[in-house]
Amino acid sequence: MSYVIEGASGPWELVIGLEVHAQVISRSKLFSGAATDFGAEPNTQVSFVDAAFPGMLPVINRACVAQAVRTGLGLRAHINLVSRFDRKNYFYADLPAGYQISQYEHPIVGAGVIEIELADGSTRQIGVTRLHLEQDAGKSLHDQDATKSYIDLNRAGVALMEIVSEPDLRTPEEAGAYLRKLRTILRYLGTCDGNMEEGSMRADVNVSVRRAGEPFRTRCEVKNVNSIRYVMHAIEAEARRQVAVWEDGGEVVQETRLYDPARGETRSLRSKEDAHDYRYFPDPDLLPLVLEEDWVAALKADLPELPDEKRARFVRDYGLPAYDSGVLVADQVTADFYETVAKGRDARLAANWVTGDFFAALNRTGTTIETSPVSSAALGGLLDLLADQTINGRIAKEVFEAMVETGESAAAIVEARGLRQVTDTGAIDAAVDAVLAAHPDKLAEFRSGKDKLFGFFVGQVMKAMAGKGNPALVNDALKQKLS
Amino acid sequence: MSMHDLTLATARDGLRRKRFSARELTAHFLDAIEVINPRINAFITVTPELALAQAAAADAALARGEAGPLTGLPLAIKDLFCTAGVATTAGSRILEHFVPPYESTVTANLLRDGAVFLGKANLDEFAMGSSNMTSAFGPVVNPWTRRGDNAPLVPGGSSGGSAAAVAARLALGATATDTGGSIRQPASFCGIAGIKPTYGRCSRWGIVAFASSLDQAGPVARTVEDCAILLGSMAGFDPKDSTSAEQAVPDFAAACKRGVRGLRIGVPREYRSDGMPPEIETLWQQGLGWLREQGASIVDVSLPHTKYGLATYYIVAPAEASSNLARYDGVRFTDRSEGADLIELYENTRADGFGAEVKRRIMIGTYVLSAGYYDAYYLRAQKVRALILKDFTDVFRDVDALVTPTAPSAAFAQGEKMDDPVTMYLNDVFTVPANMSGIPGLSVPAGLDANGLPLGLQVLGKPFDEETVFAVGAALERAAGFTTLPSLRAPSLRAPSLRAGAEP
Repeated sequence: MSYVIEGASGPWELVIGLEVHAQVISRSKLFSGAATDFGAEPNTQVSFVDAAFPGMLPVINRACVAQAVRTGLGLRAHINLVSRFDRKNYFYADLPAGYQISQYEHPIVGAGVIEIELADGSTRQIGVTRLHLEQDAGKSLHDQDATKSYIDLNRAGVALMEIVSEPDLRTPEEAGAYLRKLRTILRYLGTCDGNMEEGSMRADVNVSVRRAGEPFRTRCEVKNVNSIRYVMHAIEAEARRQVAVWEDGGEVVQETRLYDPARGETRSLRSKEDAHDYRYFPDPDLLPLVLEEDWVAALKADLPELPDEKRARFVRDYGLPAYDSGVLVADQVTADFYETVAKGRDARLAANWVTGDFFAALNRTGTTIETSPVSSAALGGLLDLLADQTINGRIAKEVFEAMVETGESAAAIVEARGLRQVTDTGAIDAAVDAVLAAHPDKLAEFRSGKDKLFGFFVGQVMKAMAGKGNPALVNDALKQKLS
Repeated sequence: MSMHDLTLATARDGLRRKRFSARELTAHFLDAIEVINPRINAFITVTPELALAQAAAADAALARGEAGPLTGLPLAIKDLFCTAGVATTAGSRILEHFVPPYESTVTANLLRDGAVFLGKANLDEFAMGSSNMTSAFGPVVNPWTRRGDNAPLVPGGSSGGSAAAVAARLALGATATDTGGSIRQPASFCGIAGIKPTYGRCSRWGIVAFASSLDQAGPVARTVEDCAILLGSMAGFDPKDSTSAEQAVPDFAAACKRGVRGLRIGVPREYRSDGMPPEIETLWQQGLGWLREQGASIVDVSLPHTKYGLATYYIVAPAEASSNLARYDGVRFTDRSEGADLIELYENTRADGFGAEVKRRIMIGTYVLSAGYYDAYYLRAQKVRALILKDFTDVFRDVDALVTPTAPSAAFAQGEKMDDPVTMYLNDVFTVPANMSGIPGLSVPAGLDANGLPLGLQVLGKPFDEETVFAVGAALERAAGFTTLPSLRAPSLRAPSLRAGAEP
């Protein structure tokens, strides 16, 4: 946490808070029965409620409430049994009612916490201020016509969770780790798919800078940044801008800014003076949202194992290092894959294979766990051949590459290619003798004290045996002959 | 008995006894509308073909012996209720060409029970007014005139078209809505009955919203019993309205026959205002006397926060309205006045589309919700509102119902009280507390003022105890024997066509 921006007048520390809008996974919208599928033809998933026709009324979707509560529980947050919906009033063409139904004063979820893991292996607890439910707006399409804008209301009324962090983050890396961890938790819970490219997870970033030990200075909000990488870039760009303003004797003014990834800079969208007066007031069409304690308890009992718990279990039960465990649990599919491979096998060896050769193969072939030619059972089969010494470690790598290429099982490849490990000491001794005989000069050097040549002889013997020699037996035989 | 004298209940009886058909009854009212409506402007839209088709279906149902509670009974529908395929204007230029593709829950309930819809009744724009002078489709004329004076009077508002249509015998009953008195005050001005039920009794789904926490639908009709019959069909829990109450709908009509023996009737002393015309005070005392004679006891009670009712109402209602009316922006279903950019499109559309009173309330509402003013106005008004409700909760521990005048005056002339909006707002002084607290309120025609204009008495009851309200209202109605007819009314056009038959 030694990240600072070195200004001309000394170091500046960053203060960062994130507001994440996470689109709730639900079949229908927050207050209407219209569908929520991404990518449908414009204006095909719109009810009269979504289009704010006269006399239409919102009715809360219980499934969306359950998703918000489950997310709150996943953030180890306080669930408010009584919350309320307010209207946030402003005019815009893609906001049909002229107000957004949101939760202003009484959110459904209160304070919680997200533990982030950093590259150096350290962890930090980042406070979550609140989570509230609100409606998404529609989409304005400005590029369809020279003079007109088009409106797509498919997204209007879709449920969003706004998840607000405390200003606890201090570096771009921490902000990135926070978003990744939040996304992991949401995906584990199945409450948001976390796809920032599709806009189902969006981040607003609050940034300020200060001298060490100072109270907070004025912050700026950078709106709607659509990837984790851009969030990190935007924070740095905005912090540098603010440092320059302060050091030039100016004053940072509170405003809303946009990040331009092409130029790597932020620019002003609107100042505080132009800020909307949203005229919040409780939505009279909706009663306060009252949750039954038993219902919340039942949701809690049904939660899946979450990443933090899973990571702790991997450390405890499989004896894995914390960092490796973190890598494995970052994605539920990976964790499940790993556990299938590790079951009844050497758990640490399994972790090394999954995070090593297997991940490398996925990267190289551009596949995912779901589309990979090597299933967890197949990788397990390879590890079994290693464990019962049918093959050695070197051959295993060769077999694995063949598995990636052909999709065949390890056993079949070993059988077809005759890769079975040689443990016949007679054959090994013969190979050792042949190698020693072929390299009298090296043998002499060894005898005169050049111990390092032992490795050379091992390599030559393995080469002579086409890599199939049992490494321990080859070592033993060489030691014996050379002693 | 001629057709124009029929009440809803007697017409229903006549249909069932086959004294006339639903088509004949409907044709009678359509003819009456054709003759009278040009003079009183009670309807914005008349739907004769639809009405006759519904009447034909009603006759078929009657012939099969499958009559519902309202089969074949012609009604007017306040033009605030969305009616599928029929223009719904809310009395506003901005919705002039809006044809909803859906039917409001209340009107759907009426259709389910067999009602025939004659057309859409005029109203103050977006139900904002107490005179029907703010309608974009012209004012409604009260069928009543002052004795010896032909000056056109207002029917009250906002449900002025509904009340005038019923008073002039252009419909057997009508739907209405009441946000601050919009059912009860026009009922009082037009010499008919009207009830605003408990908030949540009728679904608001499909009713163009004015102030969501106050709006409530109810019927106006010639008699208390007719109102009870209509409310029985209109009411009921609706999962599409989150504020709709999960309450069983009792037999309201039966409650009209209960009588008032043993009931304790409260008289709130704060309703005795200094400027109240003596004839209203006299009528009030007379009404209490009638109830006493029928076995009720009269109790003085206090509702100390009454005096804040009107002021808080004119914060809460405009605040909600300013938000509810934001959707009329020219982007979707409303007429659009183009502009150079989006802001100008909004400004032009809303400047052209809304009338002065609506604009005034949007501005008041926007102001009281603004940053820095919210706590002082809206939040404080909501706190006072809670106190007003507490007043009622307290007195209803001791009494079964309250009786007050409905309005501080009889109908006034068109153009009167137009200079100062606040004078107009004072019309709602006795009716607003029922909206602020959600309790039911009924207006019953009880007598005439010195000019021969009708005056109503208001019965207020406990939440979801409309039955007691109907019982008290019916008792007042019986004692009042109000039989005076308005000067403008449907002639007995088709009386000769009544078939000779057993008298009902």
